[in-house]
Amino acid sequence: MRVLNLLKIAFKAIILNKMRTLLTMLGIIIGVASVIAMLAIGEGSKESIRATISNMGSNMITIRPGADDRGPARGSGGDVQTLTLKNFEVIKEQATLLSYITPVVNGGGQVINGSNNWPSTIYGVNPEYLDIKVVGLQNGSMFTDAEVKSASKVAVIGQTVVDNVFPDGQDPVGQMIRFNNIPFKVIGVLEEKGENTFGQDQDDVVIAPYTTVQKRILAIDYLNQVMASAISEDDAPEAVTQVTEILRSQHKLMDNEDDDFTVRSMEELISTFSSTSEMLTILLVAVASISLLIGGIGIMNIMYVSVKERTKEIGLRMAVGGKGSDILMQFLIEAILISITGGFLGVVLSLGATVFIEKFLNWPTSVALYSIVISFAVCAITGIFFGWYPARKASALDPITALRYE
Amino acid sequence: MSKEIIKIEDLKREFVMGTETVHALRGISYTIKEGEFVTIMGSSGSGKSTMLNILGCLDQPTSGTYEIDGVKVKDLSKNELATIRNEKIGFIFQSYNLLAKTSAIENVELPLLYNSKVSTEERRKRALKALEMVGLGDRLHHTPSQLSGGQQQRVAIARSLVNNPVMILADEATGNLDTRTSYEIMSLFQDLNKQGITITFVTHEPDIAMFSNRTIVLKDGNIIKDHQNENVQSAATELAKLPKEDH
Repeated sequence: MRVLNLLKIAFKAIILNKMRTLLTMLGIIIGVASVIAMLAIGEGSKESIRATISNMGSNMITIRPGADDRGPARGSGGDVQTLTLKNFEVIKEQATLLSYITPVVNGGGQVINGSNNWPSTIYGVNPEYLDIKVVGLQNGSMFTDAEVKSASKVAVIGQTVVDNVFPDGQDPVGQMIRFNNIPFKVIGVLEEKGENTFGQDQDDVVIAPYTTVQKRILAIDYLNQVMASAISEDDAPEAVTQVTEILRSQHKLMDNEDDDFTVRSMEELISTFSSTSEMLTILLVAVASISLLIGGIGIMNIMYVSVKERTKEIGLRMAVGGKGSDILMQFLIEAILISITGGFLGVVLSLGATVFIEKFLNWPTSVALYSIVISFAVCAITGIFFGWYPARKASALDPITALRYE
Repeated sequence: MSKEIIKIEDLKREFVMGTETVHALRGISYTIKEGEFVTIMGSSGSGKSTMLNILGCLDQPTSGTYEIDGVKVKDLSKNELATIRNEKIGFIFQSYNLLAKTSAIENVELPLLYNSKVSTEERRKRALKALEMVGLGDRLHHTPSQLSGGQQQRVAIARSLVNNPVMILADEATGNLDTRTSYEIMSLFQDLNKQGITITFVTHEPDIAMFSNRTIVLKDGNIIKDHQNENVQSAATELAKLPKEDH
């Protein structure tokens, strides 16, 4: 028997039972739509995290003192004083995969300009900091290596600081501010970057030569952090290994000793944050998959009823020459047709749903092609899987009994 | 001498019901030649239905041989039986067994759907011809619910003719019809028989038998009578004798 004839028969059976078929399909439609929509939400949040972190400098590598096994979000190494300027210099000299590197010391304090004041954070760095952070200046200029060397009291400030200590809109460049009562001359204003994913205002900073911050503000001789930039994103993991080796030998660590510092690339940071959202995605998809499963059971149920209801028809088809395999195919194709049509409508519904989520709930979404392909395949498989048993039952009927069935 | 369509020798069929063995057919032999119109009669429990199932290749005998159109049916697989049913036998049932909500012509096409040798155009052409033969050339797209009982049975007859079978096998084909309509149907069968179509008619109504050339009577699994009908009645004449219905 030709496949085309089988398709025609199955199609006819579906048309004759429009309402029932539609209701059966609904299970599949909802199942597929929710799986794709959940994946889209997961994918969307993952992409937005990646975008934010890349915005912070995707090649960036951070080196902090102190072993840190609990994840990169733990914060600075606190009072650990094992990271020194000497370490920085050796890394700068020996690491071949780094394009930029800067020491970082930081501390909180009050920014004051006349009667205006604002609590902020001062970062002591060298001029390469801007390249590492991939941020430019909207106004003025960055301090120079010479100014670092001489520990000049110059600063570049972020927009938030500008807004708060220069509220009347005057040009901050050239003005004097005080940070924890130490006067600084403002020589530049950073480009606005806004908040990052973690809600941190990236414009609420004061940047000054690290020498100045070490001596005048913090009175320390160690570093809080070293920030560097790998030559390329691909080189980042290799660069991390390189830096780790250099620092281990610097700190004279034995093979059996753990690192007393932490080197992380942005890639790791991305994957850590992504893994959280991934877990949520898996959970959502699992729940959605259950609805797909229930949709499949719905198909099985309806096919079962259909076989029972059409026992006499099956008997007749067999009497006029339909083979068991023809009957099996007829019902199987019917089930697959229902599930695939349901799958198609589900995809359409999911596309509508993601647009709705994006527009009205303001959640980032991204429909991945693979999720559509997978859901579609799952639908076809569902049709075969749940259609098989009832179809098998139909094909195994004895024509004599089936013909006499009332 | 005309061709033997059906050749049955010492045919037995036993059913095992629990510990008992029921002998439905106890060794039956007969042949049906091309162009015959045979009625198989018998009360319930005579083995009539079992005979019908075996004749229709829906069931296999326990022993003995059954040949249809030169093909030995015993030992054929289920699929081979289906092919024989498809190509050599036209079934007609008491309750018509038409597909609901499906037009007359599509119902008639059904057997040909299971024959991959027949193209779509050929299928439509043959179904059309079969429906014209039973006088329903103007009812092609009516569904069973739009047709009377007699018309539905005509569609079923057209369906049995569409695959050019070697034999039409009718099971109480007039059982659900009133006298007038059954005479009309019998008249149709007689016409078809005159055109050379072999018909085997299983029934328990004696007045149907008088329209056929030959009657085989079964009782308790044996043939008790197998005789040629010397005085075949014309269904058309009998129909004319019936009192006019007032419409």
